[in-house]
Amino acid sequence: MSGPQVTLAQGGGGLQMQELIARELVPACDAELGRGLEDAVVLPGAERLVLTTDSYVIRPAIFPGGDLGKLAVCGTVNDLAMRGARPVYLTLGLIVEEGTELELLRTVMRSVAAACAEAGVALVTGDFKVVERDSGDGIFANTAGVGFLRQDPPPSLRRARPGDAILINGPVGQHGVALLAARGELQLQVTVQSDCAPLADLVGAMLKAGGEGVHALHDPTRGGVAAALNEIAEASGVGMEIRERDFPRDAGVDGACDILGLDPLQVANEGKLVAIVAPEVAEAVLKAMRGHQYGAESALIGEVLEGPAGRVSLRTALGTRRIVDPPSGELLPRIC
Amino acid sequence: MPEEVALRKQVEALARQIAKVAKRPMQFMEVCGTHAHAVGRLGLRQLLPETLTLLSGPGCPVCVTPTGEIDWALELAVRPEVTVATFGDMIRVPGSLQSLGDLRAAGAQVQVVYSPTQALEIAAERPDREVVFLGVGFETTAPTVAATIQTAARQELPNFSVLCCHKLIPPAMAALLAGGEVQIDGFLAPGHVSTILGLGPYQAIVDEFHVPCVIAGFEAHDILQGLLALAEQVRDGRAEVENRYGRTVRTEGNPVAQALLEEVFEIVPARWRGLGVLPESGYALREKYAQFDAVWRFGLQPSEAGEHPLCHCGEVLRGVRRPLDCPAFDAACTPLHPLGPCMVSSEGSCAAAYRYDRVEVK
Repeated sequence: MSGPQVTLAQGGGGLQMQELIARELVPACDAELGRGLEDAVVLPGAERLVLTTDSYVIRPAIFPGGDLGKLAVCGTVNDLAMRGARPVYLTLGLIVEEGTELELLRTVMRSVAAACAEAGVALVTGDFKVVERDSGDGIFANTAGVGFLRQDPPPSLRRARPGDAILINGPVGQHGVALLAARGELQLQVTVQSDCAPLADLVGAMLKAGGEGVHALHDPTRGGVAAALNEIAEASGVGMEIRERDFPRDAGVDGACDILGLDPLQVANEGKLVAIVAPEVAEAVLKAMRGHQYGAESALIGEVLEGPAGRVSLRTALGTRRIVDPPSGELLPRIC
Repeated sequence: MPEEVALRKQVEALARQIAKVAKRPMQFMEVCGTHAHAVGRLGLRQLLPETLTLLSGPGCPVCVTPTGEIDWALELAVRPEVTVATFGDMIRVPGSLQSLGDLRAAGAQVQVVYSPTQALEIAAERPDREVVFLGVGFETTAPTVAATIQTAARQELPNFSVLCCHKLIPPAMAALLAGGEVQIDGFLAPGHVSTILGLGPYQAIVDEFHVPCVIAGFEAHDILQGLLALAEQVRDGRAEVENRYGRTVRTEGNPVAQALLEEVFEIVPARWRGLGVLPESGYALREKYAQFDAVWRFGLQPSEAGEHPLCHCGEVLRGVRRPLDCPAFDAACTPLHPLGPCMVSSEGSCAAAYRYDRVEVK
């Protein structure tokens, strides 16, 4: 066989990955329910079930601020939360490479238990496989999550409206930078911790404050805030402008990004969300966010515009404007 | 924040001064990928008067690497015993047929590193592999590669070598002026390169071509101060080397790094994408370090491979064509499907234009 092959860049969370998903994976999905490409799907039926799944191949498995187990729970809990669901049940599948230290597995499972307890979800079933040495890399995990919708209509990437406020719950880029530093490849003296955290409770508080006015929620994981906002702008057919000076900052992230030539807006997060909310509830939602442990540094960073559709621009601290582009391919090695 | 307000005021004041000085059309060129990206990221062109044009020159090291040298890297990567260690920017640059990323997906050992030292560590850990580091970059990167080669020699590492594609910036600046293809009224000289070189090489350019060179840093006010100094020189009919990055760049440069370069490398003619072969414009390993020279070690033959027929990277690198004026820009050539390196590399001027300026944001 010498046809096209899958490249790492197609897993990077950027445009290349979107293109591959749209071309190769989506056609197999259910025509009605499976083509929305949101973080989780709202299933039909009386109970309004929300379902999601995600896989975790992070390296290293233990990093400052978390580990594979915590990430596997938080990532899936957050995907449910972004659709306005209260996460309830979780499954866990593990693919472990022969020769992996049992202690690593124990550490991961302790974190899974702790994160489930914090997020208020029950781990209810799972799967365990061991593969030959070199067929994997330590531990790969997959979690699926089920939740119940807190409100109807739920927040959706398609519901952003011109005039809406754009909120964020803290400084961006901590997870990506912490991971880069943890790999020890950069000889960077950085003390940044991953922001990995379950956000369902925060979202609960936001929905209580803003109700249906909370139009869209997105967790800016791979591809960062740049990718997340572009996805919402694209799905809703709106434009956006964000303001550099209103962003909460992390000096450690800024410093590392400066040295490495990275744009913090493109760096991954695991405990952040961007919220698109109606202007009349923006203040109440922001207040609720700031009152929560995972939203103390929340800020209003911009507004949704009529158009041009799909365009996100940034007002720089100098008063100039530029496009905020999603990263196209491989930005950093595996980080989630 | 008051600090940001002060910065904005300073920048606006500089922009006003530039507009006052640049009464007639002036065309300046930066020759540094970091400048190109800073200008885009900060939206600085929006602050310049219409009389002042800032061109991007051959300042992106990945971009000026000709297809022939990329093909060498590909040729090495397909050898079963070789692990290619490279900065991430090189992964997606297309060679004649494929890119390193394509080869990696097909099973080739291609590893992204963040420093040449890391490549050395891989070589030490994997004595069964031939580890080749792709030495791409200007005077800024070359000293660390030279130091790495020295370390390899000291440790007598038998399985480490460097594919040396390093180039020197001042000869390219001189070649652009000598070529006369594009009007250049002054160079915004690269801060990082100058840290190593000092002011000497620019003086030779100023003397020969009577074109001002102003060394500038990378913050908004650094770049604008550099442009202001250039505009003032042009207004006054002067051509001088001016150091506006004095907090980092010393007149004599960095003698330690210069000695290291002198010890490990000799200066040779080199092929540049878009510029052809320029005399005394590349580094090659000296004979005493030949065993660390991948070209020698693997018997690589010179390649005359041409560029993609639709790709205008060469013209872009010479400043003859601006990225937005390239017919392939945002059509046949995007970051997703790049035709040439200027669209791939994070320092490439097409990538910068695509990311920050592709639609006039007003």
